[in-house]
Amino acid sequence: MRRPARDNAESHRQINRRALILGGAQVGFLGLLGLRMRHLQVEQADQFRLLADENRIKIRLIPPARGQIYDRHGSVIAENVPSYRIMLDGEEAGDVDAVIARLSKIITLDPDEVARAHEEMRRSRIHPVTIADRVTWEELSRVAVNAPALPGVRPEVGLSRRYPQHEDYAHIVGYVGPVSDRDLERIKAPDQLLLIPRFQIGKVGLEQRREDLLRGKAGTRRVEQNAAGRVMRELDRREGEPGKNLQLTTDSDLQEYVKARLKGESAAAVVLDTETGDILACGSTPSFDPNLFVRGISVSDYKSLLENKYRPLPNKAVQGIYPPGSTFKMVVLLAALEDGQVTPSDTVYCPGHLEVSGRRFHCWKRVGHGNVDLQRSIRESCDVFFYEMALRVGIEKITAMAQRLGLGVEHDLPMTGVAQGLMPTKDWKRATRGEDWVIGDSVNSAIGQGYVLASPLHLAIMTARIATGRSVSPRLIKSVDGVETEPGTGEDLGLNPNHLREVRRAMHAVSNNRRGTAYRSRIVEESYRMAGKTGTSQVRNITAAERARGVSRNEDLPWERRDHALFVNYAPSDAPRIAVAVVVEHGGGGSTAAAPIARDITLQALHGGTPPLEAYPSSQRGRIRTLQERLERERREREDANAGDRA
Amino acid sequence: MSYLEYSVKHVPSGLGKIFHLNWALILLVTTVACIGFLMLYSVAGGSLDPWSSAQIKRFALGFVLMIVVALVPIWYWRSVSVAAYLVGLSLLMAVEYVGAVGMGAQRWIDLGVIRLQPSELMKIALVMALAAYYDWLPAAQKSRPLWVILPVILILAPVYLVLAQPDLGTAILLVTVGGLMMFLAGVHWAYFGAVIAAGAGLVTVVVQSRGTPWQLLADYQYRRIDTFIDPSTDPLGAGYHITQSKIALGSGGWTGRGFMQGTQSQLNFLPEKHTDFIFTTLAEELGFLGGASLLALYSLIILFCVLSALAQRDRFSSLLTLGVAVNFFLYFAVNMSMVMGLAPVVGVPLPLVSYGGSAMLVLLIGFGLVQSAHVHRPR
Repeated sequence: MRRPARDNAESHRQINRRALILGGAQVGFLGLLGLRMRHLQVEQADQFRLLADENRIKIRLIPPARGQIYDRHGSVIAENVPSYRIMLDGEEAGDVDAVIARLSKIITLDPDEVARAHEEMRRSRIHPVTIADRVTWEELSRVAVNAPALPGVRPEVGLSRRYPQHEDYAHIVGYVGPVSDRDLERIKAPDQLLLIPRFQIGKVGLEQRREDLLRGKAGTRRVEQNAAGRVMRELDRREGEPGKNLQLTTDSDLQEYVKARLKGESAAAVVLDTETGDILACGSTPSFDPNLFVRGISVSDYKSLLENKYRPLPNKAVQGIYPPGSTFKMVVLLAALEDGQVTPSDTVYCPGHLEVSGRRFHCWKRVGHGNVDLQRSIRESCDVFFYEMALRVGIEKITAMAQRLGLGVEHDLPMTGVAQGLMPTKDWKRATRGEDWVIGDSVNSAIGQGYVLASPLHLAIMTARIATGRSVSPRLIKSVDGVETEPGTGEDLGLNPNHLREVRRAMHAVSNNRRGTAYRSRIVEESYRMAGKTGTSQVRNITAAERARGVSRNEDLPWERRDHALFVNYAPSDAPRIAVAVVVEHGGGGSTAAAPIARDITLQALHGGTPPLEAYPSSQRGRIRTLQERLERERREREDANAGDRA
Repeated sequence: MSYLEYSVKHVPSGLGKIFHLNWALILLVTTVACIGFLMLYSVAGGSLDPWSSAQIKRFALGFVLMIVVALVPIWYWRSVSVAAYLVGLSLLMAVEYVGAVGMGAQRWIDLGVIRLQPSELMKIALVMALAAYYDWLPAAQKSRPLWVILPVILILAPVYLVLAQPDLGTAILLVTVGGLMMFLAGVHWAYFGAVIAAGAGLVTVVVQSRGTPWQLLADYQYRRIDTFIDPSTDPLGAGYHITQSKIALGSGGWTGRGFMQGTQSQLNFLPEKHTDFIFTTLAEELGFLGGASLLALYSLIILFCVLSALAQRDRFSSLLTLGVAVNFFLYFAVNMSMVMGLAPVVGVPLPLVSYGGSAMLVLLIGFGLVQSAHVHRPR
């Protein structure tokens, strides 16, 4: 096909014309691209450089090592041990199921943990998840050796809390656990650290109360990470501050002895240093192993703790409040002496009961004590004498004296649920019960029944104050990072020394006079004689119907209705060093159930170890030897078990 | 003047043709491809594998193909234009049935050795077909409505098939290449005015149709448009690409962060860093100077093509050369606009640099045609 040349030339000029137009447009567009590039890369370069750094540089927290806890002699109560776990990075792993299947051939995986890991991975594949927690060193090495076959699997080392003394300090120190949502709600301005998954904070006890000292401050490290969140390298790091180490006033050997001696009972005991107020031991039984809680206690274990009728979880030594029974009588006596209502030579006639406004109040000794003076009233624990005292002094002065001696007061101790106890007043009864105080209430209070409530700690403080005449206050933390804290020596109480001497003499007689209520649990070693007071507090009155049926002895009642057995003492009686309070829940009589325990603890504390049999009355030595041997055997068994656990 | 009308005596023959190739253009193309190898080496974290080595092999294959195409006389290519178009169209239809599913869209046929993207092939076939059409059509007829409708059908047939895949980016490129070919051929201005007006109308309809039962685009395409208009609406989702891409570009500064030192690309913050977003890696690591240099190289390639076209005496060669140049221009213009946040993310590779076989092969075949026209031009 031939075309006119003119047509051709014309159309060609047109093509060229248009090509130039289009070329011009292209040049224009290229210019636009160039300008845009200049705008982004030159004018906004700094801003984008910053954004790029924000992308890649992340600040990671370094959890601080938690403060360790020691006893007064430096033996470890709470420490940090390396804990190994296996992390899985879903993105790196690729086929997650295949990797988990291979991993499960190498180590045992907990199905719950695997399910949780799957769940976490569904939420975000960017962050590594824990696939196995608390693996052993051996398992960790096995995973490390097989690393090439396990893409995305990374062993990690962290610190975890361990309580090498197991049950002994469960109630004092408590335990730590991972931060829960409830913890976060409770804390107003949470530390960034708390947002670290599985970060451990104090949950109960000293761990919780002194979280401020123990936690420490987080360090930071700047890391470069890729888009998948994997750390490529560390740019720099600023170390944090480890938590403060706490030294407690307790003596671990004594603490262990107290727990062991109380074993089998639902009981509590407190041993105070009368000079400094140091808590040398503070035991509550039964106990539990706090390490279980750190690991995450199983439902069945927790249920069995909750359902145990001896209530292992609360610290009965400071949380448990009991009617102090006859151990309260020193308070009443001091109140009467200070008020001038009685003198050492006054006597009260005890016919076995006292009629007050038409109601008959019995003495524990039905037949009566006859004429009772101050010394005898304590020694033989005559109730009628104290009914009389209460009538003379009145409740307000008794309560005031109780508070001076540390009862009904909340003592500032870093433990969970330190109870205030209760010392009633007329106003208190009106305010809480809406009833007027009646004279019978005063009479009941005189023998530590009725509304009067105190914890073993209260009773130990009371005893220490009577022994020293100073307002000794308890101290649990001896030093913080080596810096000694203020001891609880206290000021002089301002009580008449003669009055105190009378009371102390009577308490000495309780344990050392042939007619004393605790004579059977005496110490014969001259330099360690103790001064004490028994107490038996009723949980409820024995009903007339029961009495008619012949139930008058405690042993005939079901456990939870039996009397509480109490004993308080200080020793040595001529130069007090320690004060002890023992409460055995539903243990029966104070002289039979509590006093022997208190004596054993006292001797153990004063001797700093197993006391010689010569300290005991000769008739009891055979029984004591058996007891000592049993305790020693049990101690060795425990040690072996713990050693096995450690390995 | 058609190639039949000038004396072919002066046209070189045999292997002597090699000396008459446009070697400057070949050098430019090779240089750009080498930049591509380097960048692929960098994004692989300093390794030839997995991308760079494969890309070099493909380029070598494409280079040979380019020379072979260049040595075949241009009038032969004119004669197979219609056939090429029909083959391209058939392959596009075949994709509907035997195409492998990749990236959520059916775009390629697996031939075993290479995954062929018929839509890429169609770009060259369309240019050839339109060039042949206007070569055949008497110049006086070109603005007659009937003779305008025919090329429009030629354009829209593959566009429809590409949209069905769905691949909006390629569809837009095809329409634009076809339209610009018609513009170059000298179709009356009024038609373009009308089409632009209609296009504006269509955009309105597309936007309006969103959320109705007769919605014209897929949801993900709408979202891409949304995030293009305001990337901050979805910084971690679809807007992530644009935002990270701009951060990478911007943080490059004048001279860049250094070869293989770009944090955005080396730490994987960039999406598709070896394919569509490779320019951001280049701009981050080599800076404004590097980016502008690549832009300059591209401009030179276009310039050499246009100069070659202006020297042609027959319409087929002119239009074919210009068409290949326009096609090439659109590739990098759209890609760069996209990574700089000037256009929505539509999935167009950076020519000769992005990792990918089909585009590389098709571009080199295109340049082979340009060379063929250049070698066999009238003297």
